[in-house]
Amino acid sequence: MAATDRLTANARHEPHAASVTLLRAVMILALLALWEFLSHTGWFYRDVVPSLLAIGRAVLALLSRENYYYNLGVTAGEVAAALAIGGGTGLAVGLVLGSNRFLARAFEPYLYYLGPTPKIIFFPVMIMWFGVDSPSKVALGSLSCFFPVALSVAAGMRQIDTVLIRVGRSFRASTLQMVTKIYLPAMRHPIMNGVRLGLGVALIGTLLAETKLSNKGIGFLIINAYSTFDMPRMYANLIVLFVLAIGANSLVGRLGGAATAAGR
Amino acid sequence: MSDRLSRSRLAPAAAGLAAVGLGLAAAEIMIRADWINRFIVPPPSEVARGISRIVLEEHIGHRFLLTAGECLAAGLMITVLGVAAGVLIHRFRLLRQATETWIAAWAAAPVVLAYPLFMVIFGRNAWTIIMIGFVAALPPVILKTIEGLSTTRKVLVDVGRSFNLTGTQQFWKILFPAALPTIFVGVRLGLIFALINIVGVEFLINSGGLGQLINDLAERYDLAGTYAAIFFVVLVSVAFFMTLERIERWLRPID
Repeated sequence: MAATDRLTANARHEPHAASVTLLRAVMILALLALWEFLSHTGWFYRDVVPSLLAIGRAVLALLSRENYYYNLGVTAGEVAAALAIGGGTGLAVGLVLGSNRFLARAFEPYLYYLGPTPKIIFFPVMIMWFGVDSPSKVALGSLSCFFPVALSVAAGMRQIDTVLIRVGRSFRASTLQMVTKIYLPAMRHPIMNGVRLGLGVALIGTLLAETKLSNKGIGFLIINAYSTFDMPRMYANLIVLFVLAIGANSLVGRLGGAATAAGR
Repeated sequence: MSDRLSRSRLAPAAAGLAAVGLGLAAAEIMIRADWINRFIVPPPSEVARGISRIVLEEHIGHRFLLTAGECLAAGLMITVLGVAAGVLIHRFRLLRQATETWIAAWAAAPVVLAYPLFMVIFGRNAWTIIMIGFVAALPPVILKTIEGLSTTRKVLVDVGRSFNLTGTQQFWKILFPAALPTIFVGVRLGLIFALINIVGVEFLINSGGLGQLINDLAERYDLAGTYAAIFFVVLVSVAFFMTLERIERWLRPID
């Protein structure tokens, strides 16, 4: 009864869903109106704030060019390779650190403190090691992706219910069987969380490297639009990229959620 | 007991250090034996000498202060504006429901990729660097401020009510002090984001302090210097994270 009262009280305080949507619509419209106003004032240098129409046209022009999909494919391939290499290595290292307390104490502090350092500064080294083409971008993306996946998997492994591990041992499961039948299924959520974080940083690492030195990929398109001062095209590239990045992030998040729900 | 505990912690730490030392020694031997090209990977001893060289010749103290100043400026801005925005959003439930997921999406968005846009708006100078640090680091401060204020223990709020505190008194005497440790978690995350983005953008646009030094040395093909500068920046970042963690632990209430 008390719970019902609290629920009713909460519901009374909870703003109506329609008013939330209305407020959101008003905020978006106000922002767009402000943008359009600024684009006509001439307070900024020409084209720094292009009109919404110009940006809309540039987005359409971008999406209708075949060249864009080629560059998108290049970047997507690099990010996927970075995720596979960095994420795979991170998974393996995370499994080892999560299962061995001594190794975790010996090496995890290094990963923990090196994880958040800026990775793009390693780009000159990556160029020397892997050349100026795609492999150096993949290497930087892998390096960025490795740390969050390794730390997340190691932490996830330590949180596995010990009953599950004992069940595996009582069946005399081999190490491989323990990993594939017990550890990995029990850690779907932390692994997917690590992959989501890893994907985000791999994307940033790869694209930043592309803006620094490359002749293909989305990062190159952005910096090319900047150097030719084609502002509507630069905004269009950034908008499409942000939509894709946020979409990919929420897709992986949802996959993680679905995997956990199925695992329950 | 405590002796055994300290030994159980010391042994792995020593093993970790020994492994790093062995790795460096192995690299030194392999490079000297020409198994690894020294024009791609310089020997660690040369990198170590490079550190003293960049300290003496590349005005590293001045560069460090420049980067630290940019971080401080971004840090002050995210603290003042982030906490203010968090308080405002917490105060109006409708505003919170409308914007909280947006702020979370903003926190996950690759803001730093818009650095060419910031260069167009602010020019190729310290303001571009500070503003990218600010925009990338603001969301965690806002989100943690909201979280801190809304998870204040009910008993504390009730104590305030029993003293008939006014809204302002309730905020300054109860809500804000109780939320402070959580807010600092946000500020710490924000400062880490700011540092990463600031050093990264300094490197990318070849302007400013430590990031620019790495770019400069790499363009001069000063290999030992480049490795040494990267090592120095990593060291500075790690020292920065450790200090922030200490402050956070000091602020955390004892339950």
